[in-house]
Amino acid sequence: MRREIPLIITFVVGVAFVIQYFIPHSPFDRFEQLFSDWFFIIAACAIWLGALNLMKLSLIKIQKRRKDWQYAVVIVVSWLTMAIAGFAGGRDFQTPGTAFDWLYQYIYTPLSATMFAILAFFVASASYRAFRARNLQASLLLVAGFLVMMGRVLFDDILFGRLFENFQPLADVSNFIMNYPNMAGQRAIMIGIALGIVSTALRIILGIERSYLGGGD
Amino acid sequence: MILRYLAALLLLLLLFVPVVGATVADEDFVDSLAVDTLMLARDAARPAPASDVVAKDTPNDNGGSIQIRWSPSSDDAAGKVFRYDVERKVAGSADETFEVVGSTPAGVGAVTDNHAKSGIEYVYRVVAINTMPPSAGIGEPTLVQSYSSLSKSVIASAQWFNTRRTIVLIFALVLGALIIYYISQAKAGKELFIRKIAGLEAVDEAVGRATEMGKKIFYIPGTQDMENIQTIAGVNILGRVAKLAAEYETDLDVPVSRSLVMVTAREIVKEAYLNAGRPDAFNEDMVHYLTDDQFGYAAAIDGMVVREQPATMFYMGAFYAESLILAETGNSIGAIQIAGTAMPAQLPFFVAACDYTLIGEELFAASAYLAKEPKLLGSLKGQDVGKGLILIVILIGVIIQTLGVYDFASLFSVPVD
Repeated sequence: MRREIPLIITFVVGVAFVIQYFIPHSPFDRFEQLFSDWFFIIAACAIWLGALNLMKLSLIKIQKRRKDWQYAVVIVVSWLTMAIAGFAGGRDFQTPGTAFDWLYQYIYTPLSATMFAILAFFVASASYRAFRARNLQASLLLVAGFLVMMGRVLFDDILFGRLFENFQPLADVSNFIMNYPNMAGQRAIMIGIALGIVSTALRIILGIERSYLGGGD
Repeated sequence: MILRYLAALLLLLLLFVPVVGATVADEDFVDSLAVDTLMLARDAARPAPASDVVAKDTPNDNGGSIQIRWSPSSDDAAGKVFRYDVERKVAGSADETFEVVGSTPAGVGAVTDNHAKSGIEYVYRVVAINTMPPSAGIGEPTLVQSYSSLSKSVIASAQWFNTRRTIVLIFALVLGALIIYYISQAKAGKELFIRKIAGLEAVDEAVGRATEMGKKIFYIPGTQDMENIQTIAGVNILGRVAKLAAEYETDLDVPVSRSLVMVTAREIVKEAYLNAGRPDAFNEDMVHYLTDDQFGYAAAIDGMVVREQPATMFYMGAFYAESLILAETGNSIGAIQIAGTAMPAQLPFFVAACDYTLIGEELFAASAYLAKEPKLLGSLKGQDVGKGLILIVILIGVIIQTLGVYDFASLFSVPVD
């Protein structure tokens, strides 16, 4: 029964979702919202599982003085600070001027922005590797990438702006690459993804795919 | 003497009465003239009514909605219509009060009443409204309006099938039938050819490498929750990787960003270790939660990667901007990296930074491919044949559309609700 009950639930919910897509009549029209609400309620309650797991592992690491235990101290202190500031603020904990809001605005947001900003450097290093002209395909990628970049930064104005009005060959080439070869490739991938999703969903609904229940049998 | 005064007073009265009377009569005349002018101005400003008002139940919906269309007023093009109000009342009701259910600017001839009650019969009329400027005799602009005739009565009702999704249903049924057919073929013992997927062929090698180096395997199941099918595909693959890790006695670390993913992944890893005959090697903390926050999660993993220097990294699931932050950090420490995602925007990043990338559908095929179970492989075969079918349809469509014989694309259009 440990396996059958989840399989039955999966089947019933899966079929209900498929039906509600094609039948707009009540009660099917409410299924999507209903299941979505239930999912968010369960996920919201489950956050404690994760949060307590993080605290447990961090405290054990500190207690046993494992390697790099100092980082665990940062986690515990940060966790407690945010949690206390949040609970102390009551229902209005997000209101501007509260301790939680201050921590959010002046610590959390800049830290997130910093991580996001690092992406620029990673893009540069990844591009350097990807655009090396090692073979024909990589060379084509390099040329296409170069043309798109030149078109997107309005390089035409610098090259031709003084001589001709509205003459933007690089922008035209860039748009062509993006609108045709790139779009064709993207759509091919999207069709594959859609088929993969249907196939996976069908495997799960029919109980053929059971790995997500633990184990593959 | 008194008589003289009385006579003079009488004379004065006789003289003034006609004058006063004439003044009052003149004022009345001016007033009536102003009213007539106002009426004339109103009539001049009044637009011709809208016509052909048709109300019908909104198709393919869950009821409670009626679409109203009309031919605009003949004065619409001349700029004599400011807006149209659509009014309704219950058909056959003694109450003659109309309720405004929608407005449109001039030039528009349709509105949807989304506040109708299913099962009640309504009639609609359209009010063409124009504004009369202050210069027409009064201090502020006034509205002049004309009413259309009533529409036929209509009832809002819910439908049992959304006909706009017929083509989706047909494709789903065809694909489903193909998948089920090939599953039955596989179960009957028929050998099915499945093309090789390099990224999945390399899973054994990647786990083996970690074993040889005596280092950890990091498995990142994306940043989305369990309701995302990519996460489900990701944790499905985790089961196979965990089984291999258990057999090779290699450390596995699964940092997750969602509590529900943690619970699910923990069960999967536990079961995999059990199936590999190594339940003693399972430690539930090998699947642990970090944070729900996207960049916090990326930062935490980057820190762990740099400190612990894993030999192998798997990224399987839904990723956003953190994809390159993670993959480049893994690349910088020289880990063998296998990624799989169905996020088209992130695929180039993974291709640039990882050794192998499962592109889109390959992520969903991975679990079946690795399991090598006939039933699962049959579903893969069905999926591939379905793709072949779609390719043929696209090819035929391109030819027909290019030749201009028929609007083939219209057969497959699914209007946005």
